[in-house]
Amino acid sequence: MIGICGAYGKLYGGPVVRDLLAVYTTIVRAVPELVLILLLYYAGTDLINQLLTAMGYQRIDISGLVAGIAVLGFVQGAYSTEVMRGAILAIPQGQIEAARAFGMSPGLLLRRITLPAMLPFAIPGLANLWLIATKDTALLAVVGFFELTLATRQAAGVTKAYLTFFLAAGMIYLLLTLVSNLIIGRIEARARRGMPSVKEAR
Amino acid sequence: MIAQGTAPALKHTAQNSAAEAIHVENLHKKFGELHVLKGVSLSARDGEVIAIIGGSGSGKSTLLRCINCLENPTSGIVRVNGEEIRMKADSHGHTVPADRKQIERIRSKLGMVFQNFNLWSHMTLIENVIEVPVHVLGVKRDVAIAEAEKLLARVGLAEKRDVYPAYLSGGQQQRAAIARALAINPRVMLFDEPTSALDPELIGEVLKVIGDLAREGRTMVLVTHEMKFAREVATHVVYLYNGLVEEEGPPEQIFGAPKSERLKQFIRNIG
Ligand SMILES: Nc1ncnc2c1ncn2[C@@H]1O[C@H](COP(=O)(O)OP(=O)(O)O)[C@@H](O)[C@H]1O
Ligand SMILES: [Mg+2]
Repeated sequence: MIGICGAYGKLYGGPVVRDLLAVYTTIVRAVPELVLILLLYYAGTDLINQLLTAMGYQRIDISGLVAGIAVLGFVQGAYSTEVMRGAILAIPQGQIEAARAFGMSPGLLLRRITLPAMLPFAIPGLANLWLIATKDTALLAVVGFFELTLATRQAAGVTKAYLTFFLAAGMIYLLLTLVSNLIIGRIEARARRGMPSVKEAR
Repeated sequence: MIAQGTAPALKHTAQNSAAEAIHVENLHKKFGELHVLKGVSLSARDGEVIAIIGGSGSGKSTLLRCINCLENPTSGIVRVNGEEIRMKADSHGHTVPADRKQIERIRSKLGMVFQNFNLWSHMTLIENVIEVPVHVLGVKRDVAIAEAEKLLARVGLAEKRDVYPAYLSGGQQQRAAIARALAINPRVMLFDEPTSALDPELIGEVLKVIGDLAREGRTMVLVTHEMKFAREVATHVVYLYNGLVEEEGPPEQIFGAPKSERLKQFIRNIG
């Protein structure tokens, strides 16, 4: 979602929007994710709580899970903005023009033409991002989020059976990837309907 | 030399008494410093077929695209269906449409057919044809499908209804694009060199479909390089040169007795 808005903003937005987005994607992609996670988690929760107290609400305790998802989303948004931007640029411009020529409103055009038409170009990039994201969850351990890698380390530490536990963890990541690949393959086949396969075109 | 035989009986009856579907007056268009249209006027009454001819870069496409605001005219009047397109100046001093809804309403009355077909590649032919009726005009899906099947049959593509555009020849794609434009029941059809991207052997099938539409009294504005075809179907021919109307008139006059030297030379070169 962030990616779509980001890409749209970058392509069609005014100069201010474009500059803001450029700052966002540049910074997020320049700074190591671990640093960002720490920064956004501690600074972010602090900021939210300060805002809440300023408006007269109770401080809230933000769970590691929610914060983790938010942070990963924020980071992924920056990368997917670029993936989406590339995908939108890959759509034959005439198809967008035809939609405009038939009186489609910008919202309808996005929903009925731009998104489905760019999907085949975006999926490989987005699939990469998704797989990276599943592994980035390991980084969230630093903010106290109890995920697979952290659990493995603790279990291994207690039982001293490092090899077993880390192999098992590796298997789980692998399984997750395989299942993801399967689902992504399905989605991609659906998105590429209407496009002759590369093999056929040879 | 040039076949005149199929001239429709209807051909000149539509003039003057019929309502004006498109009216363009003193239209200017600049792309930055480049002055592409320098005061063009044009009118299409119901039932008329206006052919626009002229050399490459003379502004034919730009003129057509100004009618449905795919390009924003720099100045001048464009009236469709008696409704004048309202323009305003934006913060950079460019003229832009004042009312997006008005543009969308006007566009949904104009069936545009492009040189490169521009069918939506993620939709089958039938989906392409019902897309605008269902999602822009609010026609019920089953009604739209029934109508679309008739239109596809008309352009000879009934059995291709569930095929994606990429699997069709250029001629088939262009005929499907014509069905898509007809599906909105347009007041006027706009054609921008509909056969220029086609292999020579595929041109005939597309011209036949367009010719049939002309003969049944469809109002159209047609940019074309097919001079013989223009002579057959047009009620009025406009020769554009360098952003201005150099000469215009009935096809017999334009092709039979051109006055302008440039037009004479143009017809000699292309014919
Ligand atoms: N979007 C655009 N930006 C800049 N110049 C353009 C654009 N579209 C057309 N032109 C220029 O306007 C002139 C007329 O173009 P066009 O209307 O496409 O000519 P025609 O269709 O008669 O060949 C050409 O010189 C072309 O390069
Ligand atoms: Mg052109």
